[in-house]
Amino acid sequence: MPRRSGTSPPAALLAILLSGTLAGAEPIAPADRRSGFDQMSPAIQAMQRDDESNPGLLAVADGAELWTARPPSGRPACSGCHGEAASSLRGVAARYPAWDARMERPIDLQDRVNACRREHQGIEPLPYESPDLLALTAFVATQSRGLPIAPPDDDRLTPARNRGRALFEARQGQLGLSCAICHDDLWGRRLGAAVIPQGQPTGYPLYRLEWQGLGSLQRRLRNCLTGMRAEPFAYGAPDFVALELYLATRAAPLPVETPAVRP
Amino acid sequence: MRRRERAARLLAALLGLAAAPTRAGDGMVPYTVVGDAIPASLTGAPGDPVRGRAIVADRTRGLCLLCHAGPFPEERFQGNLAPDLAGVGARRSPAQLRLRLVDGRALNPDTIMPSYYSLAGLTRVGKAWQGRPILGAGEIEDIVAFLATLREESR
Ligand code: HEC
Ligand code: HEC
Repeated sequence: MPRRSGTSPPAALLAILLSGTLAGAEPIAPADRRSGFDQMSPAIQAMQRDDESNPGLLAVADGAELWTARPPSGRPACSGCHGEAASSLRGVAARYPAWDARMERPIDLQDRVNACRREHQGIEPLPYESPDLLALTAFVATQSRGLPIAPPDDDRLTPARNRGRALFEARQGQLGLSCAICHDDLWGRRLGAAVIPQGQPTGYPLYRLEWQGLGSLQRRLRNCLTGMRAEPFAYGAPDFVALELYLATRAAPLPVETPAVRP
Repeated sequence: MRRRERAARLLAALLGLAAAPTRAGDGMVPYTVVGDAIPASLTGAPGDPVRGRAIVADRTRGLCLLCHAGPFPEERFQGNLAPDLAGVGARRSPAQLRLRLVDGRALNPDTIMPSYYSLAGLTRVGKAWQGRPILGAGEIEDIVAFLATLREESR
């Protein structure tokens, strides 16, 4: 279990960054990948499965309205450019984060929504975790429900993806833990009351009972970082997108579940 | 590099030379490792087992039951990431328990158990927790005193 090494994380990070490629085998083989859904109680699984009871679908409905709403700038609504979401957006969320040529960096789905607002609608980006941004993102992601996560085969993403993996495997915070210790090595075991999931990003934005609301993947990652007593990254920070990129690679080909429900 | 660091730590531990945390925080007391133990109380006095039990059972303070199970019939949902604490006071001396709490990496560099009284090697520590160990010297002694009372294996 070399990942649990006591080597100081900067040294470990540096070693990985310098080596350029990630030689290590995939910690969880594709056939062994499991959504956190599998570990939930039957009651919460039923809540997610049943569109009548899934509270995330309220936000998706809000997102559908925002999709067709004309912005105050007089420019087209989202639907004005993209048309029928069920066809034009099918599969999009399954391949995010993706490279954005204009910004010359990887962006996640929330960034994509805001980029469209800025560039095509001439309006302000929405704040992270605002109900409107979550609703629009959930609406977009729901169009890929059931499709396998399929990260783009794009070399420009490699450095960020490697950075994400290094972050995932580095010990950090006052407790000296890493994401990999819990989610690669100890998933399925009990951390107090919680059964540790593999940490798959399949359901976001999702409705978490503990939040009593919808939240993004970055919000979830902040929770884990705070639990490790590490400094969370700022919303939208490149390091968060790098982690999201690695998580997507690590999750493929699990299906998109948005809007999922979690305890 | 990894191996060298580990070897150095082990060697130091074996020679009984390993000393204080490299970057002592405010008011952290130095300690001396002898073999696989820290013989001297960090505070110079014995701890209080009743207070120690309360810290161990407190999931936001000791965090112990997130990973360990132990003889705490009133505590539901104990973790199963680590050995049961029942009987640990019979298996280990107070001095051995002290080193395992202070910095278990001295014995197992790959351990997932947090080092409760060491700032060495930590990165990206959250602002609220910077510059201080997880528990204070007095709390460590209280826990050592409590663990020493756990003499019966669970059945
Ligand atoms: C000490 C254990 C631990 C560490 C370290 C940890 N997590 Fe988690 N993580 C959990 C647990 C437990 C859950 C389940 C939710 C809960 O009950 O809090 C979870 C949930 C998640 C989820 C949501 C999975 C789902 O099904 O929706 C993701 C994604 C995740 N973690 C990623 C990470 C990343 C990335 C890191 C490092 C930055 C990390 N975790 C560090 C324990 C941990
Ligand atoms: C994140 C997980 C985690 C937490 C939190 C944790 N431990 Fe541990 N602990 C372990 C593991 C795993 C071991 C096994 C030894 C190793 O990994 O080197 C261990 C070993 C020990 C041992 C040595 C047992 C033996 O038989 O030698 C003692 C004593 C101990 N822990 C007490 C505690 C106490 C008391 C707390 C809280 C103040 C605590 N632990 C918190 C994971 C944890």
